[in-house]
Amino acid sequence: MKSIFGFLRPVSSAPVARERLQILLEYERRMVSQSALITVLRDEILGVVSRHVTVDPECVHVSVDRGDGFSTLAVDIQIPQPERREGVRRGAPR
Amino acid sequence: MGKVIVVTSGKGGVGKTTSTAALGAALARSGQNVVVVDFDVGLRNLDLVMGAERRVVFDLINVVQGTARLPQALIRDKRLETLYLLPASQTRDKDALTEDGVERVIAELRMRFDWVLCDSPAGIERGATLAMRFADEAVVVTNPEVSSVRDSDRIIGLLDSKTIRAESGERLEKHLLISRFDPARAARGEMLNIEDVLEILSIPLLGIIPESEEVLRASNLGAPITICGRESAPSLAYFEAARRLAGETIEIVYPGQKRGLFAKLFGRRAA
Repeated sequence: MKSIFGFLRPVSSAPVARERLQILLEYERRMVSQSALITVLRDEILGVVSRHVTVDPECVHVSVDRGDGFSTLAVDIQIPQPERREGVRRGAPR
Repeated sequence: MGKVIVVTSGKGGVGKTTSTAALGAALARSGQNVVVVDFDVGLRNLDLVMGAERRVVFDLINVVQGTARLPQALIRDKRLETLYLLPASQTRDKDALTEDGVERVIAELRMRFDWVLCDSPAGIERGATLAMRFADEAVVVTNPEVSSVRDSDRIIGLLDSKTIRAESGERLEKHLLISRFDPARAARGEMLNIEDVLEILSIPLLGIIPESEEVLRASNLGAPITICGRESAPSLAYFEAARRLAGETIEIVYPGQKRGLFAKLFGRRAA
């Protein structure tokens, strides 16, 4: 890219802008569609589980790891143990 | 039935309002009935660019809420009798807009006008999503600059998912309007060139508006540039863009494309 006159003026910045944008947007487009999917999965899985146990929506974590050949979906739901919880609540300073 | 076009961008300051006014006036000049609608509730500016700021009595919110009828709120342009403005409210906030109310107003405007141009507020919140909600087509205004291109990409995603057309599986045509383009800087590699922006956003090009002092002059005077600076480069570019919007096929000439022999031989390598 640098010509023999390159030292006379700064290296052109447009190709840098172009490359940064391409990398960023590829990532962001994937994230937007992925975060929508995660929200749907999170809500539906939570719906099924909460039909049987009372679950705190704050204690549900869904994550997706996108690999080259396959992706993994991890669902982590904390199911509270009633008596333990009571104990904690009673012991907690108010 | 008129066509509803949203003029949007995500980022602020890229030329949405200027473009809405310029395209509206260019379309109206061909004799068609045009209304430009300001959706930027709380920060209205289309009235100022149109030179109608002292004539606002009722606004979009009044019509949405039913406290004024549509004909009472419409302001007819003093220079072009087929051009109208529906101003935004200055005092209310964006929550005053309801989806049902906007749907009703858009339906009524569609009956009265050939073109309904909705000037979207910046951002991706309620005002912006309601401005695009009932659109048939979109004009995405983008500057050849990284943050503007990124935000346009987000807006294109919203146009493809949050509009009535998208939700009902219909196609919403999107047009890219590149504004504030400086051909000399692009040729020197200091500014993203047209091909770069087109490749990244991959929606069809409606026009290229060159950076020009005339744009500020027009907004100072309170007239769309296609009315007061008619022979200027940006005005001619807007006139062509308006004709393309109306379905004409006109070749797009990139500003600064006319090259000398030297540039033809050596210029390519810089791009």
